[in-house]
Amino acid sequence: MNSAVELKSLEKRFGKTEIIRGVSLDVKSGERHAVIGPNGAGKSTLFNLISGRFMPSSGSIHLRGENITGLRPFEINRRGLSRSFQVTNIFPRLSVWENVRCAVLWSKGYKYSFWRNIDKLEDVRARTQEILEQINMANRAEVPAGVLSYAEQRALEIGITIAGGADIILLDEPTAGMSRSETEYAVAMIRRVSEGRTLIIIEHDMGVVFDLADRISVLVYGQILATDVPAKIKSNAKVQEAYLGAAGHD
Amino acid sequence: MAELIIISTLNGVLYGMLLFLMASGLTLIFSMMGVLNFAHASFYMLGAFLGYQISQWAGFVPALILAPMIAGGIGALVERYGLRTVHKNGHVAELLFTFGLAFIIEEVIQMIWGKLSVDYRVPSWLDFSAFTIYATNYPAYKTFMLLFSIVIFIGLIFLLTRTRAGLIIQASLSHPNMVGMLGHNVPRVFMLVFGLGTALAAIAGVIAGAAYVTQSNMAALLGPILFVVVVVGGLGSLWGAFVASLLIGLLQTFAIASDWSLNKFFGDFITPTRGTLLFDVWNVTIAQVGPILPYLLLVLVLIFRPTGLFGTRET
Amino acid sequence: MSDAAKAMPMASETSARARIKRYSVWIVAAALLLVMPYIFPSGASITTMCLMGIMIIFALSYNMLLGQSGMLSFGHAVYYGLAAFATAHMMNWAIKAGVPIPLPFMPIVGAAAGLVFGIIFGSVSTRRAGTVFAMISLGLAELVYSSSLILRSFFGGEEGISADRTKLVRFFGYNFGPQIQVYYLIAAWCLLCIILMYAITRTPLGRMCNAVRENPERVEFVGYNPQFVRFIAFSLAGLFAGVAGSLAAINIELAQASFVGAAQSGAVLLAAYIGGVAFFVGPILGAILVTLLSIKLSDFSEIWVLYFGILFITIIMFAPYGLSGLLMMHAQFWRGPLGSRISRLGKLLGAYLIAALPALIMLAGAILLIEMIHHVAQKGAEGANMHFLRRSYLTVNTHTAWPWIGGLVAMIGGFLAFRFTWPTVASAWHQALLDTQRSSK
Repeated sequence: MNSAVELKSLEKRFGKTEIIRGVSLDVKSGERHAVIGPNGAGKSTLFNLISGRFMPSSGSIHLRGENITGLRPFEINRRGLSRSFQVTNIFPRLSVWENVRCAVLWSKGYKYSFWRNIDKLEDVRARTQEILEQINMANRAEVPAGVLSYAEQRALEIGITIAGGADIILLDEPTAGMSRSETEYAVAMIRRVSEGRTLIIIEHDMGVVFDLADRISVLVYGQILATDVPAKIKSNAKVQEAYLGAAGHD
Repeated sequence: MAELIIISTLNGVLYGMLLFLMASGLTLIFSMMGVLNFAHASFYMLGAFLGYQISQWAGFVPALILAPMIAGGIGALVERYGLRTVHKNGHVAELLFTFGLAFIIEEVIQMIWGKLSVDYRVPSWLDFSAFTIYATNYPAYKTFMLLFSIVIFIGLIFLLTRTRAGLIIQASLSHPNMVGMLGHNVPRVFMLVFGLGTALAAIAGVIAGAAYVTQSNMAALLGPILFVVVVVGGLGSLWGAFVASLLIGLLQTFAIASDWSLNKFFGDFITPTRGTLLFDVWNVTIAQVGPILPYLLLVLVLIFRPTGLFGTRET
Repeated sequence: MSDAAKAMPMASETSARARIKRYSVWIVAAALLLVMPYIFPSGASITTMCLMGIMIIFALSYNMLLGQSGMLSFGHAVYYGLAAFATAHMMNWAIKAGVPIPLPFMPIVGAAAGLVFGIIFGSVSTRRAGTVFAMISLGLAELVYSSSLILRSFFGGEEGISADRTKLVRFFGYNFGPQIQVYYLIAAWCLLCIILMYAITRTPLGRMCNAVRENPERVEFVGYNPQFVRFIAFSLAGLFAGVAGSLAAINIELAQASFVGAAQSGAVLLAAYIGGVAFFVGPILGAILVTLLSIKLSDFSEIWVLYFGILFITIIMFAPYGLSGLLMMHAQFWRGPLGSRISRLGKLLGAYLIAALPALIMLAGAILLIEMIHHVAQKGAEGANMHFLRRSYLTVNTHTAWPWIGGLVAMIGGFLAFRFTWPTVASAWHQALLDTQRSSK
């Protein structure tokens, strides 16, 4: 199997504080990979490094074999890696339709065009419609994103993330703050939209993690404790001790 | 030559300290509230005109005390009844509000004191020569300005490091969001900081107005340089503002004293004909370029160090 | 979410009806521009309309920055002014060298100059956004203005660069000597620029500008470089500002250093903001109003610029979407059967009129006080009598107490009465909202 994202002894320091302390990880193409770990373990920082939001202090990041360390976020996005955010990060005064369309444009090759009428771009329109249907928001297209409910904004966040057709998707706690029924709904949607793609997901809800993931990495204090299939992670003594034992009594 | 260097250094440091009196207030306000007060130089101007008016009625010392208090009070009111209303509409609206305020202050000053410069003079008891360097008499008033701004500078450091209010302000320099969590009547701290910052600018106005020209265009002339100072120093960095103030103060003062031009050095090799662009460039002296230098510095700093000399925050 | 944002036009109106509606707007606009000189034929109004046309282009180009892309510039006059100088030089060169370029094509020179300087200065300034961008734009403007005093051969020193537009080769027999011919030249360019700038808002770049304004960070994660989006928007804004500056130079046959100055940059900001930056038509309304006020207000007061500043602050504080925002807030009531629309807005208008009376009294009192202070402070030597609003039949003796008391009473009383009428307006507004909801069901 080919490697989708590979991290080689990645480190990140903020001043004297070391957040990521030598992470090496190989996510295979087409797998659903979950990253779990206690608060402050550095999961979101890891995503910020992979997606180009932060520069690593040392180590390297490879996307399908290509070294992308130090590239800017948009350059990484254009290579087919897209991410969502833990704190909803959308365009609040634009409509839902416009939010999704903005994320479609680059992938359809229109770049910085200021000579084409956007409403006449049939491929953009069709793709936007398709994404809205996938996230079940076709009937909310005209609503400004800022007035959507929380769960709807989270769905839109995922819609923006997948709209560009990236085949590697990073989702940062997509179900955080949702009720149980909303979570079930969101998981079904994530399963649907990540079909045939590589998915890396940060998640706190263990039910979701064990339900969704092919493999799981446990991140504690900026280091990977273990990477394995869910069944083995469950029985891993180190993980039990460091994470499940401390956090979960269910 | 040595004489020129010493005098220019003194004048440059003096100008730099005056810039810092203003830049420090501007930086404090920006650090706490995220607002770059476009009208900051207008409070400097207000200080100068109030200083002039009060010294006409009651003398220089009352002016030096009362004018900054009045200007600071006006500043606090502006924060309370103006900026706070606009705050919910974001930083662009706040910046625009202070832009409009600068506009109005200039017009009000013209309405009351007119467009011509007013006769604001150095008080007679400070109007003598303090010391002589080679052949140049250095005026006592400029010495006073220098000492006074240093005293204010030390006072500000004391306030920031030794008082409770100062500690809250300091905390906001490094952790702007945390201040909101402290819960110690943050709006009132904002109001006080805005009042304090504008009062500092007004102090600079009172003492500089007597030495330089007090006119309704003085804010428009100085304001842009002030913004260059805070951007070059790095927005939100008090130390950066200090260094940039002195840098620009010295740069401009030395430029004024210099009559070098390209023609002086290369005139023997190339002599452009009159009326061409090259002729203009060739014959302009450093003194004439003086007003442009801060802006050239700004462009250079932004190209090579976009966050400013000591800036860490991306805004 | 404010009402104004909700009323923002959505992009997906693509039905045939909407298209016809869209073209009809341009046809009506063209017809209006054509007949305006017949409705207002006096020389003064033609001159005013020429200034309006120039200001409309300039303010719309400014809004490509502020309203569309969220860039607050304090130095937009740089591109306007430099283009004016480029045009003046080009005209002089064409006359001297005998190159047959007719006047109507000169704005292309301005557009090119605006674009080139937009690219040069944009590459420095658009790397940063927000407050820092604003300060850089101010610094660059000061840099150019200060340079204009040194580089005399390009900027022409105090006198500026003059250019005789009639000496260019004729265009279909027109020499553009009479102002009315210049009016049609400006009107044609104005319409062209409006259409182009409107079209740009509906392109991929135009929409990404909005996205960058809303959330530049997220833009990076959908494949776009927000700095490059800003850079292109900035360069294009420079281009259209260049057209405006070029027309300004043609209009008065002169380019002056003040064209690149802070006052010109401030004027365009005011025009765009007062009109409202959230809607495409906002800056057009603003340009018309600001041009009109700056010509008419000086007939009534020497310190009209102060009132202008107060209007600006009032808009920032109480109507952040500007005049067009206020109008659009009422567009939501334009629903349902025609009769109910009219009666609904009529009732609202009635409430406004009730509130307007005390507001006017308050304003009159405040203006009287301000004018009297100005008179006493500045014109004490001219005696006690002041012509209020520069009208001799409104002579006021500033040395007696009554006008001061009257002014104060009018201001404070008007304010209190205005506050008293406010609930009436609020309830009328509420009623109109309810009524609209009921009739649209």
